[in-house]
Amino acid sequence: MKFNKKITNLLIILISTLALSACSTAKKTGTASGDVYTGKDTVQFLASGVKDRVFFATNKSALTTASRDTLRKQASWMRKNKKLNVVLEGHGDERGTREYNLALAEKRANAARDYLLTYGISGKRISVISYGKEKLQRL
Amino acid sequence: MKKIFYIFAILLFKTSIAYSLIEVDITRGNLDPLPVAISPLHVDPQSDNYQDIKTKELGELISSVVEKNFRSTGLFNPLNKDAFVQKPDIAHLKPRFEDWSLITAQALVTGKLLLKDEKLKIEFRLWDVAANKEMIALAFTTTPSNWRRVAHIISDKIYERLTGETGYFDTRIIYVSETGPKTQRVKKLAIMDQDGENTKYLTLGNELVLTPRFNPTNQLVTYLSYFRNLPRVYLLDIETGIQEVVGNFPGMTFAPRFSPDGKKIIMSFAKDGNSDIYTMNLESRLVEKLTEDSSIDTSPSYSPDGKYICFNSDRSGLQQIYTMKSDGTDVKRISFGDGLYGTPVWSPRGDLIAFTKVKGGKFYIGVMRVDGSGERLLTENFYQEAPSWSPNGRLLVFYRETKSGKNGKGFTAKLWSIDITGYNERELETETDASDPSWSSLLSK
Repeated sequence: MKFNKKITNLLIILISTLALSACSTAKKTGTASGDVYTGKDTVQFLASGVKDRVFFATNKSALTTASRDTLRKQASWMRKNKKLNVVLEGHGDERGTREYNLALAEKRANAARDYLLTYGISGKRISVISYGKEKLQRL
Repeated sequence: MKKIFYIFAILLFKTSIAYSLIEVDITRGNLDPLPVAISPLHVDPQSDNYQDIKTKELGELISSVVEKNFRSTGLFNPLNKDAFVQKPDIAHLKPRFEDWSLITAQALVTGKLLLKDEKLKIEFRLWDVAANKEMIALAFTTTPSNWRRVAHIISDKIYERLTGETGYFDTRIIYVSETGPKTQRVKKLAIMDQDGENTKYLTLGNELVLTPRFNPTNQLVTYLSYFRNLPRVYLLDIETGIQEVVGNFPGMTFAPRFSPDGKKIIMSFAKDGNSDIYTMNLESRLVEKLTEDSSIDTSPSYSPDGKYICFNSDRSGLQQIYTMKSDGTDVKRISFGDGLYGTPVWSPRGDLIAFTKVKGGKFYIGVMRVDGSGERLLTENFYQEAPSWSPNGRLLVFYRETKSGKNGKGFTAKLWSIDITGYNERELETETDASDPSWSSLLSK
């Protein structure tokens, strides 16, 4: 599969949302509302102003309402940019065991992929990779 | 009258101890390590030199490797050599036990070496100082480059004689070497002797590698590599350096381990995002699926007889430990305490399963019996996981990460070991930061 290098990859990034807010660090500039964290410092926007990442509850791989909303916008952006392929990177929790988080992050990335498919995006345009607790993005 | 009898009884008891051979009980924590004198090996004056090491020093080097091994157990207290009165050659022939008992030594190790015509001959003896007796005497002939291994083998023999358990000094540890800032870690497979010596790097760091594990003969390693951004289980022949991908799976494979007979690799395969446990026979390439569940099944580990498998699953909602028969039937959940359980590994003795537990924001390394009873947490820390058993099932090696500040500052990852008694927690020396350790079996069997 060929990836377009010019475009920012879609990232599907974990990080415990409200469930862990008490012991979670580094949430200084963002706001947590509903079940999604939004931080101006970190959350990247795609060309069209669509968020590039969605979040999951700790140890969960189910899409939240806010995640589904973001993914729908990503899907419509992808429909407009038909020549672009994307990589969905799954990430797990830094505060978790390595092997379980590889599995969890894979499941999360696939949950996002499946959702994009239901909005008419071809599976050929999406590839998925799990990083578990490797290469975590700092929020 | 009663009093006199009492004293007499005690005297009798004492006497019987004085003449029994020394034994170290390692089934409980030893707060009073046994004082041992490890005399430098006497070097036969006819010996040649070995490379840049003077043969005279080789005798001291070998005894210092033995001494370091013994100190690391926490069960023995090697005495300061400055206090030794008897010369190594005379002590090796016939120790003057009074001299050694004066410095409180209860056991004495003596030895002799001869290096001639590219052959290294080493003799050693273990003496019970209180009983004035020789406990073992052994001799080895090998190539001079093997001197470290001989030191480890000697350590194992002495350990075995004194504790009644198999030793673990002539072993290696494979791990992931980590360098660079936390956000851009470079990870390589590395292998070293159990005491931190002889480190060798097996991959170049071009791609992410994780979770290496030895096969039973310690010649092959199975691990996860992100080669070409395709996370797959690989097989590496340590001697030839040849790597090959395991199987032809259309998705991520991970969490690999060998079966106890070395014929199969057991691992997770994530099909459409769902991880189940599979085995692949390395000869026939036959793939078998063992779990069938929509939840995560990973971290499989065989019992030493190959009849059972323990693994990690969140089918109950959260990460817990399960066991099943090796054909995938008879699945039982065995962890029921508070918190999450991960990384189960079956002890080489078959009696225990070691695990990582996460509870209240803390990470624990613990052991439980194979039916889940008798859970004992051995050590608590900010972050630690992935225990691996010493081949005698008495120790665990695992890795521990420190809390980091902004941009990953202050972050370290190190290898640690602990006795399953909960005593003798210690950091292992590694050249770089390190994670995902896996202990080999004994190299000399």
